[in-house]
Amino acid sequence: MTDQTLTPEERAANLKGMGCARKRVEDVRFTQGKGNYVDDIKLDGMLFGDFVRSPYAHARVVSVNKEAALALPGVIAVLTAEDLSPLGLHWMPTLAGDKQMVLADGKVLFQGQEVAYVVAEDRYVAADAVELVEVEYEELPVITDPFESLKSDVVLREDLEGQTEGAHGPRKHHNHIFTWEQGDKDATESVLAEADVVAEEMIYYHRTHPCPLETCGCVASMDKVTGKLTLYGTFQAPHAIRTVVSLISGLAEHNIRVISPDIGGGFGNKVGAYAGYVCSVVASIVTGKPVKWVEDRMENLMSTAFARDYWMQGKIAATKDGKITGLWCHTTADHGGFDACADPTKFPAGFMNICTGSYDIPTAYLAVDGVYTNKAPGGVAYRCSFRVTEAAYFIERMIEVLAIKLNMDAAELRRINFIRKDQFPYQSALGWEYDSGDYHTAWDKALKAVNYEGLRAEQAQRIADFKAGKTRKLLGIGLTHFTEIVGAGPVKNCDILGLGMFDSCEIRIHPTGSAIARLGTISQGQGHATTFAQIIASEIGLPADDITLEEGDTDTAPYGLGTYGSRSTPVAGAATAMAARKIRAKAQMIAAYLLEVHDNDVEWDVDRFAVKGAPERFKTMKEIAFAAYNQAIPGLEPGLEAVSYYDPPNMTYPFGAYICVMEIDVDTGEWEVRQFYALDDCGTRINPMIIEGQVHGGVTEALAIAMGQEIAYDDMGNVKTGTLMDFFLPTAWETPNYTTDHTVTPSPHHPIGAKGVGESPNVGGVPAFSNAVHDAFRHFGLVQSHMPHDHWRIWKIANGLGMHG
Amino acid sequence: MIPAGFEYHRPGDIASAIGILQEYGDEARVIAGGHSLIPMMKLRMAEMGHLVDLQAIEELKGIEVGPDTVTLGAMVTQHELITHSGLAEAIPLIREAALQIADPQVRYMGTVGGNVANGDPGNDMPGLMQCLNASFELSGPDGNRTVAARDFYEAAYFTAREDEEILIRISIPVPGAGVGQAYQKQKRKIGDYATAAAAVMVGNGQASVAMTNLADTPIWSDEASTALAGGDVEGCVAAMLDAIDPVADNRGPVEFKKHVAAVVLRRAIDRAQSRAG
Repeated sequence: MTDQTLTPEERAANLKGMGCARKRVEDVRFTQGKGNYVDDIKLDGMLFGDFVRSPYAHARVVSVNKEAALALPGVIAVLTAEDLSPLGLHWMPTLAGDKQMVLADGKVLFQGQEVAYVVAEDRYVAADAVELVEVEYEELPVITDPFESLKSDVVLREDLEGQTEGAHGPRKHHNHIFTWEQGDKDATESVLAEADVVAEEMIYYHRTHPCPLETCGCVASMDKVTGKLTLYGTFQAPHAIRTVVSLISGLAEHNIRVISPDIGGGFGNKVGAYAGYVCSVVASIVTGKPVKWVEDRMENLMSTAFARDYWMQGKIAATKDGKITGLWCHTTADHGGFDACADPTKFPAGFMNICTGSYDIPTAYLAVDGVYTNKAPGGVAYRCSFRVTEAAYFIERMIEVLAIKLNMDAAELRRINFIRKDQFPYQSALGWEYDSGDYHTAWDKALKAVNYEGLRAEQAQRIADFKAGKTRKLLGIGLTHFTEIVGAGPVKNCDILGLGMFDSCEIRIHPTGSAIARLGTISQGQGHATTFAQIIASEIGLPADDITLEEGDTDTAPYGLGTYGSRSTPVAGAATAMAARKIRAKAQMIAAYLLEVHDNDVEWDVDRFAVKGAPERFKTMKEIAFAAYNQAIPGLEPGLEAVSYYDPPNMTYPFGAYICVMEIDVDTGEWEVRQFYALDDCGTRINPMIIEGQVHGGVTEALAIAMGQEIAYDDMGNVKTGTLMDFFLPTAWETPNYTTDHTVTPSPHHPIGAKGVGESPNVGGVPAFSNAVHDAFRHFGLVQSHMPHDHWRIWKIANGLGMHG
Repeated sequence: MIPAGFEYHRPGDIASAIGILQEYGDEARVIAGGHSLIPMMKLRMAEMGHLVDLQAIEELKGIEVGPDTVTLGAMVTQHELITHSGLAEAIPLIREAALQIADPQVRYMGTVGGNVANGDPGNDMPGLMQCLNASFELSGPDGNRTVAARDFYEAAYFTAREDEEILIRISIPVPGAGVGQAYQKQKRKIGDYATAAAAVMVGNGQASVAMTNLADTPIWSDEASTALAGGDVEGCVAAMLDAIDPVADNRGPVEFKKHVAAVVLRRAIDRAQSRAG
């Protein structure tokens, strides 16, 4: 069969473009152990770094004695703050406008904080030397509770003493970081005062951790001959890292090459800059040798960026028939010892002001107070856009709390308050413009798919059976309708360290009609090499299989802000489509020249330009590509390539309806997810199989967070959950089956209408699981119980409700 | 997670292994599957100059199922316990318990000898062996001796084994026909130690009951066993609740653990009774 005999549909299918469940091209190497991760990088003469870390959560560092360590054969150096201080590198700026100690400068503020950095010829010798560094500490009072911290006389950040102004406005107390306010406080308070019904509750989203399977690490390699530093690392934002390294080290940016090789999961943990990177760079510059640093699991859980730890006090007002009239939220945000949140600069609490959720709430007010405590710094967006999981959990719990107060069905309460389809674009009371949505359609589809009424009838029977002593198991039905805000973001209001949050793509078409595309993002498992090639395939009519995708090398890729916050598809995906369209525009001129007609007389047809009205006269993109390199076309430069930097006009607002059906054993606290239904609307769907995989992974992380995963501290600030024995990472055994579904409401402002999906399942999944637990006990009097819902905490709910006789 | 340096020994017979232990004393430790010791070494909570690997010693391997007694070599892996059909027939309780230990990768390496000899109160096999009234054969410089599983555990990580002795074999009386057996374990996830676990045998007017991870040793209770033998389930549970002494940890507070211990024990008894002939 020749090309000419294929139908347009067949030709489109051959491209494996958008909408195709194309197999992930990355998996060929990953499934055969051929990935290339940071720890796989081995350079000649490479040295190894390892940290001496503080066993105390708050202590003065009286002295550090390096002698014994330096005497150990194979030890090259032991760095302390004193050594870094002449270079001005003993502190570093955080992404949140604060600064953070690289190595303990006089004191430590959390357990696991970096105190000294040992450099040795051998990884084992480095570890032995860590044991030999003698540090004398003087313990200080420990504060692990943010509310206590704001009342305490103990000054955690002595370096900030007397500073009443922080990066985000006035500081109210020496342990206070910022207050961030959105919405109309007075109007909201008067709505609350006059409302028929007000439900009030404290919603705590506990401290957890992204815990990527691959921990953080880097290899710094300074070439003293060329003066060029190459820094390999687990960076979710390689270009931003290059700029940061240049700014803090003083090395010219063109002399720094940052490479993010394969990354084994990021989930926000690999956005920020860590002490290990700074120390490795310094050690390599000083020694002229490559220096590798890779943290272990305990170091990752104890010291690199955590997520959440938000205490959200909420009030929600409604009419007696359930129409919500106002929402009030005051959040106390525990940021740990330094404010190292990874948020756009103007958003110290991220996009927490998406907390009106999927609902048409006319009046709202949000205030967030950031607080220092003796815990590890962080506050990153763990598989979510900035603080969106917190916002979604808050509103989805408050809806349930209001439903209890109104004695209403929570599904119906949601339905009567959803933003209607005809209200989009919708201006929220807290300042966002939702681009598109059709919540009622998604909701009705979800309720029907699970036979919601049947489930409620089954639950009623179960409650009767329980009360009659026939069963000890309860049935919970967890509902969630979430709205995300992703794709940061418009340069006018989104930047990180002054770098606008655009993204980029460069496409080069080779003479034979294959191509390479480079982006400013970096895949950590999302499958960029698969999906972005599909966008290009659909846009320019070359098969996705003939398109190589490359990311993560700052010497070759165009500048971009990286991959987190579900921003790759909304921002870099848009850049990809726009770059492809530039190529197509030039291809049109080439085709017209070859067909000897005017540019306007050819039209695009899947993989070719054809003469209007004469479809048998055409030039395929392959032919056009070759012509671009072998024909002298008047008025056109040779070659076929384009680059696009895309500044999105708005965020995108993916949404979804999730329903979890859970069985709970009241005597042991054990639970079992019987059914989980996830409907996602991420706009245009590029690769349905990757979307499904994203949803499976994200819901599994949500299950972990809701049902057991936490970073817990004791009163002394010791981390109680520093290993995977205690930090819950689900295996296949704990992971339930999921049913995925979708509706498609394209984004009106995105070139291909795509919204992003990677983080939706975590945003929607956590409240779905948590609401299922709450719902099981609702009919026995439970209103609110904090996550994680592990066995003993579920047992405690039952015990508190008198269910153990 | 980088261990300190050590000398590695791989003796081919028990006598040589004991010789190494005698030579280096406190400095030496034997290693079987390594699933307790190696993590401790990586955390530098266990440091020793000499590691004596037992995997090349043939005498420590093999499962023998006799009419009255089952004998397990110390180096028999959990995986072998699960896949040995004769063993599953003779004492199904062992397979049922082994399947609840960790995950397949751990069970390929983890050994029954290491599990019982380490003295970790979280391990499943010690309670199981007490329930089954197993006896442990120890080999040392002065020859071999036998200690009952019910007498072996003194405190967490402290057992009746002397430093220069190696646990070489486990002998288990085959329960009579008609004895129902059950191992019930509550855990937070795969790979976790028990929040509470119970091993129960009941039938023919006899009973034996032991529990795991609810004290600093496994708990076998004569009183609980006697009560159950007499058909008094609540008496059995009450006696066991008297005997255990759980501590609070990330799995939950003491009150919760005691409650769950009773629930798990009752469920194990139910299942064992339903299997009794």
